[in-house]
Amino acid sequence: MSNEQALIAYTLRLADNALILSQRMVELVAAEPELEEELANANFALDFIGQARMLYSRAAELEGQGKSEDDFAFMRDENEFRNLLLLEQPNGHFGDALVRQYLFEAFYVHLLDALTRCSDSGLSEIAARAIKEVTYHLRHSAQWLIRLGDGTDLSHERAQKSLDDFWRYTGEMFAADEMDLTIQAEYEGPDLAAIQELWRRDVEKTVSEATLTLPKDQWMASGGKQGRHSEHLGFMLAEMQYLQRSFPGASW
Amino acid sequence: MVGAELDKAQVYEWLALVPDPEIPVLSILDLGIVRDVTVKDTVTVTLTPTYSGCPATEAIESDVLAALTGHGVDDIVIKRVLSPPWTTDWISDDGREKLRRYGIAPPSRSREIACPQCESLDTERVSEFGSTACKASWRCRACLEPFEYFKCL
Repeated sequence: MSNEQALIAYTLRLADNALILSQRMVELVAAEPELEEELANANFALDFIGQARMLYSRAAELEGQGKSEDDFAFMRDENEFRNLLLLEQPNGHFGDALVRQYLFEAFYVHLLDALTRCSDSGLSEIAARAIKEVTYHLRHSAQWLIRLGDGTDLSHERAQKSLDDFWRYTGEMFAADEMDLTIQAEYEGPDLAAIQELWRRDVEKTVSEATLTLPKDQWMASGGKQGRHSEHLGFMLAEMQYLQRSFPGASW
Repeated sequence: MVGAELDKAQVYEWLALVPDPEIPVLSILDLGIVRDVTVKDTVTVTLTPTYSGCPATEAIESDVLAALTGHGVDDIVIKRVLSPPWTTDWISDDGREKLRRYGIAPPSRSREIACPQCESLDTERVSEFGSTACKASWRCRACLEPFEYFKCL
């Protein structure tokens, strides 16, 4: 894989993360426990959709084959998506969705920070725009994690279970594969080992403030970054892509 | 009409009449999203989105196009730039006053947020995460009116 190809694939990977997470968040629209959360969630989802659009457009521009953001989002099959397994996991209850959000955003904010300094101006500009949004999302998810963990016995118990359930998907974020290493070496991209340390430090602090227990080191699931997904992604794409698959090129 | 017959100030005057679709009391100039205007053979207007997912981005671009073609400009390029990212510091003073009159508390570096209705400082935050990324929900304890506060971003 040439450096240029790695950059395109890497940009698509970032775009897939943003799109798949936003689609999960969209499923929560009209299902949040209170109005303020309804507004917050819908707007956060919109930020991620916006980031996905910018990243897909950038990948299309680099590729130069006349594809559009929609071609990437709607016309690819699940094995072509390169998002993290964590992000495609079903929403579950409010605490589940929230913990998934927190674990990712605590990582993503550091990843974006590193990307603002990468040598590809397309990526660094998108990262500079996105980090302002994700810093703000992270305030929301961290505050909620603390509120749930340090809340009632029931909310504490459920938040702990959510944390335990999702923990096995966090290893993939930091497992650098060839593509991550190419971006790091050739484009002054993120150092995932350094980001893992920052993430671990932040998560330990928030989890302890939430009076929760950090799960023990364990076997970590992986494969999403290489296109090997859990069974959940296919169902998700079936719903998300239905219109463009049934009526290719439909627009409004 | 081509760019050569125009001056930049004239283009800015026209842009000052293009409203922001979401907060129509503000023009796109008040909001600070017009980054640059160049007038040569073509008129180039450079815009920046307020945030990534802003659904108004396309609407604003087509409004700018319509405003300029409406004044007979036929060679127009609209550019979108991300860097440096928009901040609320770019909202003009005039824009801040318009926001307040509209019922939205303008961004403030102060810890105390004045109620846009009665100007009382006895206000409280209901939710930091409001109806758009740039707004928080607040309430005035004096006049009891809920209001939106345009956060510093």
